[in-house]
Amino acid sequence: MSAQATTSSQDPALLVRNLSFYYGDFKGLSNINMEVARNKVTAFIGPSGCGKSTLLRTFNRMYDLYPGQRAEGDIMFNGKNLLDKKQDVNLVRAKIGMVFQKPTPFPMTIYENIAFGVRLYERLSKSAMDDRVEWALKKAALWGEVKDKLQQNGLSLSGGQQQRLCIARAVAVKPDIVLLDEPTSALDPISTAKIEELIYELKVDYTIAIVTHNMQQAARISDYTAFMYLGELIEMDETDQLFLKPRVKQTEDYITGRFG
Amino acid sequence: MSEPSASSEIDLHAQQVGRFRFQDKLFHYITQLFAMVVLVVLLGILVSLTIDAWPSIKEFGPSFLWTNIWRVPDDQFGALAAIYGTVVTSVLALLIGVPISFGIALFLTETCPLWLRRPLGTAIELLAGIPSIVFGIWGLFVFAPFFGEHIQPPMQSLLGNLPIIGGWFSGPPIGIGIFTASMVLSLMIIPFIASVMRDVFDTVPHVLKESAYGVGCTTWEVVRNIVLPYTRVGVIGGIMLGLGRALGETMAVTFVIGNANRINPSLFSPGTSIASTLANEFGEAEPGLHIASLFALGLVLFMITFIVLGVSRWLISRSMGSEGL
Amino acid sequence: MMNLYTRRIWINRIGITLSMVAMSLGLIGLMWILWTLFSRGFAALSIDMFTQDTPAPGSEGGGLRNAIVGSGLILLFSMLISTPIGILAGIYLAEYGRISKFASFTRFMTDIMLSAPSIVIGLFVYAIFVVKTGGFSGWAGSLALALIAIPVVVRTTENMLKLVPTSLREAAFAVGAPRWQVSLKVTLRAVKSGVVTGVLLAMARITGETAPLLFTALNNQFFSAQMSEPMANLPVVIFQFALSPYDNWINLAWGGALLIALLVLAVNIGVRVAFRQKIKR
Repeated sequence: MSAQATTSSQDPALLVRNLSFYYGDFKGLSNINMEVARNKVTAFIGPSGCGKSTLLRTFNRMYDLYPGQRAEGDIMFNGKNLLDKKQDVNLVRAKIGMVFQKPTPFPMTIYENIAFGVRLYERLSKSAMDDRVEWALKKAALWGEVKDKLQQNGLSLSGGQQQRLCIARAVAVKPDIVLLDEPTSALDPISTAKIEELIYELKVDYTIAIVTHNMQQAARISDYTAFMYLGELIEMDETDQLFLKPRVKQTEDYITGRFG
Repeated sequence: MSEPSASSEIDLHAQQVGRFRFQDKLFHYITQLFAMVVLVVLLGILVSLTIDAWPSIKEFGPSFLWTNIWRVPDDQFGALAAIYGTVVTSVLALLIGVPISFGIALFLTETCPLWLRRPLGTAIELLAGIPSIVFGIWGLFVFAPFFGEHIQPPMQSLLGNLPIIGGWFSGPPIGIGIFTASMVLSLMIIPFIASVMRDVFDTVPHVLKESAYGVGCTTWEVVRNIVLPYTRVGVIGGIMLGLGRALGETMAVTFVIGNANRINPSLFSPGTSIASTLANEFGEAEPGLHIASLFALGLVLFMITFIVLGVSRWLISRSMGSEGL
Repeated sequence: MMNLYTRRIWINRIGITLSMVAMSLGLIGLMWILWTLFSRGFAALSIDMFTQDTPAPGSEGGGLRNAIVGSGLILLFSMLISTPIGILAGIYLAEYGRISKFASFTRFMTDIMLSAPSIVIGLFVYAIFVVKTGGFSGWAGSLALALIAIPVVVRTTENMLKLVPTSLREAAFAVGAPRWQVSLKVTLRAVKSGVVTGVLLAMARITGETAPLLFTALNNQFFSAQMSEPMANLPVVIFQFALSPYDNWINLAWGGALLIALLVLAVNIGVRVAFRQKIKR
């Protein structure tokens, strides 16, 4: 059933082989095979509970925090299997950043929000750190709005600004991949537009994987789209292909709104 | 500004990974060590009380528990009177306090107008924080005289001549005694039990109550047939929690129980409890059997409350946990 | 049919009425206590209470200065002992509670210790500290109260930490932070005010504890800031003075009881007000 999904990329950022995922006895993902192309945006769509967020959370082993959740198979990243027990999870997460559905600024200043992650793996001088913070905030198109209030608490920003702060925070540690888990579902349309624009610009430097329940959003910003249903990867293709000429009936039903 | 360089990053990463692993392990052990303080204290109480009670345990054996004697000059000690007083005051306090707590919880969750719900609920919670010594001196100076003058005489003339239970209400109406201690104790535990009951009543899903009202049930029937069966375990847990408090309470009891180390069939006569015996005698006790017997009393009290509280916590966590899902 | 219906209505009325009566009795009793406390306590309040030490038997006047200072010192040190222990233990339960049997066991025992009889804690500290150090002391009192406060701090800290949204915790892990940094720098900081609340509530809880001080700090008729000496403190002074035959002592007992009750109420109310605003925001 599950489709072999390949992209045209020669050197994928992530290569997923025979990935299955379990919540205790419940199988959340079965036998996923796919690639996440380097410096492209890959979108994951599908009805609620289809496993798209679960899949995203295997990429940085976020599930490790919870007993009873486990993954089987391979996720190759820079020549190593992410799921290998010996693989250090902190290091994985430093290289594969994540932004969540609700903005999650840390309870500290805007400056510290960004410096926190950088400081974990790099020893920077004060001025180098200042530069890095500025660089990250510019990447997230937030610098202009916050440059005069870097010492204010991150929680004092608006929802859309908070989310861009979280993107800046993820970018600041210079990861290879940024995972976005429904990053705009809690935001208003204007903030959403800003974030979508930002995602488009970020793919020059980063590989981006985004989970969204909004098909229009997937169509607007992604290069590749994967459709998932009931824990399986049904179809994955270039976004235009998938939306215009889906090969599988279920995909067609979903994107034309016949179910889900 | 150029993009900061990423050279020598890999080395630093490898270093940091090892360092973080070590720090996390350390963090785990340090926090665990502090969490164990509570366990160590618990174990320490059992061990140290047993050691200090040992002369008494060796001398009197298990019969210490059911011997009704407490003669300091003769070095003769038995815990029965104190255990009797502790259990009787606590059980009586529950008999008085539980219906009242139930009434308060019922009012707060079912019949109370919305605007009053929060202030009244908060007031009950605040009352639970009043130190027990306040209840004690109120009992001594205000309640005991009032009780002896206005309540005891009519109760005696009403109940004193009945067969069997009449003896419970005999004796001079002096105000202080087992019954007064129970009343003060009940007032002290009412806020506790009422808060727990309100919390467990609140766990009943609204749909469940609404569907019962929907088929025409009265408030009373909803409470009896839906709320109480649904929250039975939690309610019992809350009552046991109150019992645990009552058993170990010192100050609310010591002032008004009369501190007579004997068992009297009348509830109106003075008695003692384990906690009040300790409070009264420990400071002046001579080393030897007396102090060892006091330690033995403390050990008995700790074990009784440990069992009662253990059961109550188990029940409460079971009832709250199942609703949480 | 009509008969059954009327019967049900009557049962309902009787049941509700009885529970209302029960509630009123309880509330009247509790209000009576508060009223007595306030009327007799305020009548006893005076400047002397704060400037003079506890009077000798039979002498006139006197105050509670030594007991107030003693209580303050004992409380201060007991909170200094219990706060770090309680917070770290609370962190342990919140971080590892779900994945470790040992942590669940510790949580259960902590819950029991929350309501363990305080007089037994006093006996324990007497046995392991007073006897070993050669006498009653302020330190012994602080230790006994700290042992009572620790479970309160542990459980409130844990409950507060559990309120932190999982996404915030995950976000901290997502930048590659080790668990100890996630815990101390992000989650604990996010609930800072809640943890302070827990510490204050623990303090309120031990402020009026009398029984454990009887065999540890004992009492001292004179002013003393020596923690290694027996130390005057409000609860024990209230206990002894209330049972005395002297009117001025009994008055001071009421004044002291009012002071304690006001402090406890102020902390409880303040914490609720502050916390409610925090949650609204």
